[in-house]
Amino acid sequence: MVTKILFFFFSFLAIASSLMVLIVRKPIHGVLYLTLAFLAIAGHFILLNAQFIAIVNVIVYAGAIMVLFLFTVMLLNLNLSTELSKPRLVVLAAVIASGLLFLTIAGASKSAELNYNLYHPTTQIGLVKSLGKVLFNEFRFPFEVSSILFLSAMVGAVMLGKKTGD
Amino acid sequence: MNTLSENITSIPLQHYVWLCTLLFVIGVAGVLIKRNALIIFMSIEIMLNSVNLLLVAFSVYHNDPAGQIFVFFVMVVAAAEVAVGLAIVVMVYRHTHSIDINFLNKLKW
Repeated sequence: MVTKILFFFFSFLAIASSLMVLIVRKPIHGVLYLTLAFLAIAGHFILLNAQFIAIVNVIVYAGAIMVLFLFTVMLLNLNLSTELSKPRLVVLAAVIASGLLFLTIAGASKSAELNYNLYHPTTQIGLVKSLGKVLFNEFRFPFEVSSILFLSAMVGAVMLGKKTGD
Repeated sequence: MNTLSENITSIPLQHYVWLCTLLFVIGVAGVLIKRNALIIFMSIEIMLNSVNLLLVAFSVYHNDPAGQIFVFFVMVVAAAEVAVGLAIVVMVYRHTHSIDINFLNKLKW
């Protein structure tokens, strides 16, 4: 019962704060609401007993990525409150199109007959111990490749961010 | 720990599908509606996170740790993508003094 209440609380928090990202005028408020949405999703991960993913989500998304967004907004003085919005017809078309996308996916998943009884009650797969074993046995190579990806992303970001004049 | 895990079974997998679809659709609507490049980036992050949540839900319900490892790699790629993407936004701002994507129409058909 408590789990159900927590599930609906976190769902409401995630959906409401994601909507607020689109509603608020200033980008910096959008960044703060997005952080709240990420924390709600981390709560969902804890509810699913995926503790490693939950803590990585908090560190990487709510920590690193959001700080990057905040620095960009604040240092470049991008916190413009001037309304940058598309014509009303485009907005209406976009809302209808995304509503239809929701109906399509929800309807398709309803007829997919998902098997609810696959869950093993004593599962411990989300803990750091078991995930670490899988990550460093089966997924060693992708893990090492991701370090090269990070290096190239770092070099690319520094090259792009450099002043070109001098 | 066991009681917590047994409680999870009371939430059907279908609810996670609906929640993640709703979050994904909010992200799609943000990309379609907004003209501010930063907010479009944030909408993309919402979409990535909704897919992550669905992957973890399926991984837990199927008792397969590979799904959570995949989420870990999605987060790695998302972090790299945000670093490069925000550098591009900063450069666009330096060149056009605006982050309105309607200025970036040279490649538009």
